[in-house]
Amino acid sequence: MEVGKVKRVAGPLVQAVGLKASMYDLVLVGEEGLMSEVIGISGNKHIIQVYEDTGGVRPGEPVKETGAPLVAQLGPGILTQIYDGIQRPLPKLAEMSGDFISRGLFVDGIDHKKKWEFKPVVKKGDVVKPGQSIGEVQEQLLINHKIMVPPRTKGGAIKEIYGGNFTVDETVAVLEDGTKLTMMHKWPVRQARPVTEKLAPTIPLRTGQRVVDGFFSLAKGGTAAIPGGFGTGKTVMQQTLSKWADVDIVIYVGCGERGNEMADLLHEFPELQDPRTGRPLMERSIVYANTSNMPVAAREASIYTGMTTAEYYRDMGYDCLMTADSTSRWAEAMREMGSRLEEMPGEEGYPAYLGARLADFYERAGRAEVLNGGQGSVSIVGAVSPAGGDFTEPVTQNTLRMVKVFWALDSKLTQRRHFPSINWLDSYSLYDQILEPWFVENVSPDWNKNKRRAMNILQENAELEEIVMLVGSDALPEDQQITLEVARMIINFWLAQSAFHPVDTFCPYKKQFDLLEAILKYRDYAFDAVQKGISVAQITSVPSKDALAKVRLEAEYEPILAKVLAQMDAEFKALK
Amino acid sequence: MTKEYKTITEISGPLVFVEKTEPVGYMELVEIRTGGDLKRGQVLDSSDEIVVIQVFEGTGGLSKESAISFTGDVIKMPLSPNIVGRVLSGSGKPRDGGPEIVPEVLRDIAGAAINPASREKPRAFIQTGISTIDGTNTLVRGQKLPIFSGAGLPHNDLALQIARQAKALGEAESFAVIFCAMGITNEEAQHFLADFERTGALERAVVFLNLADDPAVERILTPRLGLTTAEYLAFDLDMHVLIIYTDMTNYCESLRQMGAAREEVPGRRGYPGYMYTDLAIQYERAGIIKGRKGSITQFPILTMPGDDITHPIPDLSGYITEGQILISRELHRKGIYPPVDIRPSLSRLMNSGIGKGHTREDHRAVSDQLYAYYAEGNDLRGLAAIVGKEALSERDKLVLEFADKFEKRFVNQGRDEDRSIFDTLQIGWDLLADLPEAMLTRIDDKFIKQYHPKYASAAKK
Repeated sequence: MEVGKVKRVAGPLVQAVGLKASMYDLVLVGEEGLMSEVIGISGNKHIIQVYEDTGGVRPGEPVKETGAPLVAQLGPGILTQIYDGIQRPLPKLAEMSGDFISRGLFVDGIDHKKKWEFKPVVKKGDVVKPGQSIGEVQEQLLINHKIMVPPRTKGGAIKEIYGGNFTVDETVAVLEDGTKLTMMHKWPVRQARPVTEKLAPTIPLRTGQRVVDGFFSLAKGGTAAIPGGFGTGKTVMQQTLSKWADVDIVIYVGCGERGNEMADLLHEFPELQDPRTGRPLMERSIVYANTSNMPVAAREASIYTGMTTAEYYRDMGYDCLMTADSTSRWAEAMREMGSRLEEMPGEEGYPAYLGARLADFYERAGRAEVLNGGQGSVSIVGAVSPAGGDFTEPVTQNTLRMVKVFWALDSKLTQRRHFPSINWLDSYSLYDQILEPWFVENVSPDWNKNKRRAMNILQENAELEEIVMLVGSDALPEDQQITLEVARMIINFWLAQSAFHPVDTFCPYKKQFDLLEAILKYRDYAFDAVQKGISVAQITSVPSKDALAKVRLEAEYEPILAKVLAQMDAEFKALK
Repeated sequence: MTKEYKTITEISGPLVFVEKTEPVGYMELVEIRTGGDLKRGQVLDSSDEIVVIQVFEGTGGLSKESAISFTGDVIKMPLSPNIVGRVLSGSGKPRDGGPEIVPEVLRDIAGAAINPASREKPRAFIQTGISTIDGTNTLVRGQKLPIFSGAGLPHNDLALQIARQAKALGEAESFAVIFCAMGITNEEAQHFLADFERTGALERAVVFLNLADDPAVERILTPRLGLTTAEYLAFDLDMHVLIIYTDMTNYCESLRQMGAAREEVPGRRGYPGYMYTDLAIQYERAGIIKGRKGSITQFPILTMPGDDITHPIPDLSGYITEGQILISRELHRKGIYPPVDIRPSLSRLMNSGIGKGHTREDHRAVSDQLYAYYAEGNDLRGLAAIVGKEALSERDKLVLEFADKFEKRFVNQGRDEDRSIFDTLQIGWDLLADLPEAMLTRIDDKFIKQYHPKYASAAKK
């Protein structure tokens, strides 16, 4: 390995001479051995971004090569971890350097001392292919960690395989050609892990959020973006999704966000119960916390590190959800590095390759047949923080070209405390068509019909509201006044959902459907009544309407809803 | 004796370029002697050929003859418990005629990032005595909650009132206020100091003053010094620290000025591309650490150029801070103090600091309900202006009236009026009681039965 010399230091960027390292190789800068990555080679100079603070580094200090790119360590022990952007466990860093992060610390991504019980699933003489499982480890009570032959290796016939307790460095199997397999392998984070075949996203990802599942659903293996100005509820939305999405593994990447927010998440996740299993949510989560004040280069890397672990669990056949909060901070990290490299800037100072990088990232999502034989998926939900809440800025625009679901957060809704503040007119899901059969088969044949009816009412409502702004609502014909009222019900009783209410925070498909169906029933009653000449004031003041508002807050809602509907029927019959 | 260099090749704005030096560390502290004067600077770019230094006291008076020496160390702040009660300059020199700070410890002012895993979740309610904050945008200890204001609005009065009145419920703890002035006028500074003296707050305050006519580069140091002091008081001396800095806009202007001097590729509106990271490094120094008693709560004040919240300074700040308190020109014109517009205001940490065990169980619901009708009432104002109040439906009229009353009774309060959280909630309930009960859709029935004035007064009888 060559040892070079620092030529120049300016911020997180270092130039060095005398190296032979390739692009994206990991190098250690200075006496302290700061973790860094080669991001450019020009003449005899290597341009290096440093993942840590460079204060005090001088020209002439050594730069050591490692001969490998930035890799993630993949093996049992990743779940429940809290990492920084380059897969260093934060609690370990705290042990080593106290409450403030100091520099030059090198920590393994997973524990190399802990012994795991390895149970072989193949036997001597079996021929194993790359990506195929050779054994299992019970990583968490409910998560079975499959030990796979690393992809892009040769595989071959098993010569020896041992069951028992091992560390991740100890050999658990030997192939005919003498290759020793351990429970851990390393993977360069910037490279997508291979799959056998990508599959169409035909299964919805249930989130328990009415506006998401009911109107703008995400598919397993799909990609979604949540753009919104600050304070529109991106982070709450992402955390709600992480809590409730029906996936096996959740990877939460806090990329350039707030420290207190991460503290809140780290405090809450271990206490949160997984609604499906009753176990702590943390047991199936991995958190990457690279807050905004941590080094910018590590922020850039955090997205890739997170993605690599997501793909690793996908390869075992699990459904994974990766939430990235926020991709704008990631893009800004690129911009910052780009401007320090004195690259020619593209739009708004972002580098010209912004679109390509975003595309690479979102393309790593998908449902796939994995090398292991089963199926797995990685879904991505990326928050976007557009400057000034302006959706025409480059990060939002480049993201929209890639993602299939767009949840537009609206600050007007936030100001009314309407949450989730997803605008129902601007948002869309391109998985609508492909998921329709699933809902028809699994929830109700009327699912799509009701959804379209509700959306039409809201669309009509938007048009009517413009008129109302000019002439007042009393000047509208009676049936249109009813439409306004029904739209108000859909908005307040159905689209609004409290993330903090113990029951309302999660709404199963069936309940979503029943509630919407009840509101539409009210509409039908109301239109009939208008036909019969009953006044709008009478129709909108039936008590059952207000009773309907509170059904969503009930866990055992079915008998209550039935009662409300019966009451509604009686009240409308009594109207004269 | 460290070597002195007289190899300045270029002086450009606040920057000095020096060649043929020994290897110099990035961010190293530099001393520059010219005549009898000593100026300090910091290394921004270090290479074999040339070293770029930013000079904090301005480059006036420097020439190619000036002697440069590198200290081999980064900038450190001298700290001791005696710093409380002092008035210092924007670069940390005594400004009150007192002696230099005799250091017990020296701390690197760059400040390391708090390990997210070591952070404690902030959830201790701070009562500021201001309804629009306590009731609807609650502050908790360890939060960073900026005031977004405009030129000529009473943000300073509000900041002072908060500094005076802020307390935790039912406990007496040692606390301190740090005040960092960046580029404010002498008059404004006097206003702050006079108020601190009037209320005796100066005894538990540390003041850093960088006035409008002090060097702009010095402003880059000021918040760093203030925050380093805050960390010392909070995490070494177990104090609860409230740090107010005004005006962040001037700080950002200095960043832009430095960026331009270095001929960097500018980002939005000429501000440097790293402004987000730079601001984050300041703002993120708020918080609480597990197992330590103290805390740092930040109140940055920034004036939005042209009252534009999408301007890069408020925009980037809003993405880092945990909410914002927005001062509205419209409310100010109506004569309402504090003119806080609650609609775009937000406290992200509110939920963890309110409710049972913190304030009162109905707090969230009352706040949401107030928000919903105030926002709706505001929308209706537009409508009423077009079609006339008479054309509104009965319900809409009620909501419109609600919005007016809300501003007069809930938002409006005296400059010395210190409302308890319970007073604030009571005002909220009184306002909501004017609406039909069926309209209170955001409040659980059990809270209505317990706190609605109709039932509460019946219960008393």
